[in-house]
Amino acid sequence: MDNRIFKDESNSQILHALMADTDISIDDALENEMILNMGPQHPATHGVLRLLLRLDGETVMACVPELGYLHRGYEKLAENMSYMEYVPHTDRLDYTSTMCNNVAYVLAVEKLAGIEVPKRAQYIRMLMAELSRIAGHLIAIGTFAMDVGALTVLLWAFREREKIQDFYDIVAGARFTTSYTRIGGVAADVTDEALAMIKNFIDNFDPAVDEIEKILNTNRIFIDRLEGIGILSKEDAIRLGVTGPTLRGSGVEHDIRRSNPYLFYNEVDFKVPVYTEGDCLARYFVRVEEVRESAKIVRQILEKMPKGEVRANSPKKVLPYKTEIYTKMEELIHDFMIVNFGMNPPAGEVYSAVENPKGELGFYIVSNGKGSPWRFKIRSPSFCNIQALPTMIKGNMISDVVAIIGSIDPVMGEADK
Amino acid sequence: MELKEVIIEKLNGTIKDAVLEVSDFRGDLCLVIRPEKFLQTCRFLKDDDELGFDMCEDVTAIDWAKRKNRFTTVYHVYSLKNKFRLRLKVNLEGEMAESVTSIWASANWYERETFDMFGIKFTGHPDLRRVYMPEEFEYHPLIKEFPLLGIPGSIPLPKK
Repeated sequence: MDNRIFKDESNSQILHALMADTDISIDDALENEMILNMGPQHPATHGVLRLLLRLDGETVMACVPELGYLHRGYEKLAENMSYMEYVPHTDRLDYTSTMCNNVAYVLAVEKLAGIEVPKRAQYIRMLMAELSRIAGHLIAIGTFAMDVGALTVLLWAFREREKIQDFYDIVAGARFTTSYTRIGGVAADVTDEALAMIKNFIDNFDPAVDEIEKILNTNRIFIDRLEGIGILSKEDAIRLGVTGPTLRGSGVEHDIRRSNPYLFYNEVDFKVPVYTEGDCLARYFVRVEEVRESAKIVRQILEKMPKGEVRANSPKKVLPYKTEIYTKMEELIHDFMIVNFGMNPPAGEVYSAVENPKGELGFYIVSNGKGSPWRFKIRSPSFCNIQALPTMIKGNMISDVVAIIGSIDPVMGEADK
Repeated sequence: MELKEVIIEKLNGTIKDAVLEVSDFRGDLCLVIRPEKFLQTCRFLKDDDELGFDMCEDVTAIDWAKRKNRFTTVYHVYSLKNKFRLRLKVNLEGEMAESVTSIWASANWYERETFDMFGIKFTGHPDLRRVYMPEEFEYHPLIKEFPLLGIPGSIPLPKK
């Protein structure tokens, strides 16, 4: 019996037929596959990510990400400015964790120039990077929960993040675009009052995370929307080169802070959370645990914080303090030379990678001995993680797409460079 | 024996004359590979049980502007097992390079980006399109002749 229904039949007839038979198809132009254009202006794509989705009903058959809506040519810019001038531009890469980018960049330049940085400066950098990681993960968790419908968590997460930005304000003089690090050290020392404030914050931080976990981990809707969604297997994760929480959520224990320690991460004790499920929920759990581990690292740093200088004593490469420029001739000359002609690292090439909240942020610098780099490449984690999106999204429902994007947490400032 | 020596020795033992040059600047091991042997070398580095370079982290290029062989492609591969990063370089003779997507799938977008920025064509790439710039854009912004301020009229602006 042919039980197909045609459009001109009245609604009651269609309803009747639907009740009678569940194996039914409606002969309609919209019945077949359709292409949906999601973004670039879409609240759930975390910026200007554009996805082209091919749908069959509500199931996504294929997904093609389109990038470049925020491409500012940062690699080209870097080739045309001195190493020092580039620090503010690193703020604009992953703008949710600016300090991490500042630290990553100066570490690459210092590796190239061979500058030894005082221990206190390195500890301050570590402290700032970890606070920044907490801030970045808080946004990730908050917006992720918002994407699947839990708005409260966003406000709670932003409340905690505001406090971290207050520390940026005290330490670096800016809440958002920090540009705190300098080649060879940091812009200014951290005062004891600021350290006491950070200590006070971190002592009261665990209850805030408990609060977030309490509202999400026992939330039936939240768990149901994420469990088993957007699965990325261990093999696929390695094959597609994802890093950060996305990789660790798929069961690969890889954290650059642990595997190739930089700064003084070998002196602090922390755990690398790994989940083997590879779904959206696993990636959320990795982030929450990482926030706790970062808080643990911050506590250890505050205990171990050494005394001493915060800038390397290398006059030809490192900017002197302003007070010295005003009073000493030698420093004035060096400052003039560094600002006008750059610091001229030796010819050579280095690749330096750090663990950012989103994954591995690497800088590849080719120098020809002049004041600006010959070639400057940013290996941005968001770009590489978005590459795995089609694999994760394929076969899921359209409503899960926002959850999957939220779970890898791309920042387009970084993905588009 | 250190891992760096193991890598070089194994490569020299398996693939004849593949490694043209070895450098170790600031602790980054960098191998310049002969273009004809490049794919073979990559496959060996990935499949060898002891080395196991299973992740391709980055593919990019350098434009040397006035040199005879203008472009050099640069690959950063990582071994999760050994926690070691290796840099491979190939000095290209023209604008053609061989794609490594058949070995490391993650190279797909990195090669697209390199094509977009330098105009290097990767043979054997499944989907060589631009990543950042619009499809109809004629230039490749990271080559040295391209001016920093861009070329007026190269991207049509919306009408007011």
